[in-house]
Amino acid sequence: MKALVYVTLKPDVLDPQGEAIRKACRTLGYGAVASVRQGKLFEIELEAADEGEARRLLEELSDKLLANTVIEDHRIAQVDGPPGRR
Amino acid sequence: MFAVVQFPGSNDDRDMRFALKSVLGADARLVWHAEAELPPGTRAVLLPGGFSYGDYLRCGAMARFSPIMGAVRRFAEAGGPMLGTCNGFQVLCEAGLLPGVLRRNRDLHFVCDFVHVRVERAAAPFTSRARPGQVLRLPVKHGEGAFCASREELARLEANGQVVLRYCDASGAPGGNPNGALHDIAGIRNEAGNVFGLMPHPEHAVEGAIGGRDGVVILGSLVDAVAAARGGA
Repeated sequence: MKALVYVTLKPDVLDPQGEAIRKACRTLGYGAVASVRQGKLFEIELEAADEGEARRLLEELSDKLLANTVIEDHRIAQVDGPPGRR
Repeated sequence: MFAVVQFPGSNDDRDMRFALKSVLGADARLVWHAEAELPPGTRAVLLPGGFSYGDYLRCGAMARFSPIMGAVRRFAEAGGPMLGTCNGFQVLCEAGLLPGVLRRNRDLHFVCDFVHVRVERAAAPFTSRARPGQVLRLPVKHGEGAFCASREELARLEANGQVVLRYCDASGAPGGNPNGALHDIAGIRNEAGNVFGLMPHPEHAVEGAIGGRDGVVILGSLVDAVAAARGGA
């Protein structure tokens, strides 16, 4: 199965990188850009019996490794593909 | 014996050993991260600065899974003194041995400079050689050193007196925060008081020839504490 997991800063955590990117957008003439928040996208291939199991595993993995829960949130955006058997 | 843990990508490990051994006369040895146990007779553990595992994912996030970390955790939980500088501080936070997290510096710049820090807590085992309120001049070199924690966690740290060092100006007054750390926090200890993490580098300030000796206040305190524990045992 394939999954996409987003890790983003919690809403109340300042994002200096996003802010620098927003300023660069302005400099390029894209004054329409009001805000940028930078995060991470993980593309994960895994073996699981069904989507439920895959999601449980990804939740665990996100809390233990992918995100630092002090400042980051995670979101499992997508889980699809045939159940893995090998 | 002082065990200086060497992760792949550590780069202050030898300076730490030099400071402890050649300047302070302590028995300090490097311990490779792939070891399962700390050497027998380990009295203090030091997690040095550097870029463990290339800082992949987040600073310190990968080092936490090194084989030696099981023994490091047990040592800390048994009350053994443990000091993490810079990347070592990041590892301690990622491993949950200290609260909070070190984030990208406020202005995104890598800071490489001397800073002033005020000793908020002068007590064994890390700051017994300091006077309360003493201002130390120590070097920092990091891109991700902005200490961050939830409002509740910060309140707890302050209430428990766990903030050991705070950035300040040369006179000790507020100011001189190089990275945007919340509450100007440069170093904290755990609730039990045996685990200390700080962004500045005491091991780079142990001889006049390299710009100052204020690091001896911290590392010397640890040497004193280990000697006292042995004497008292």
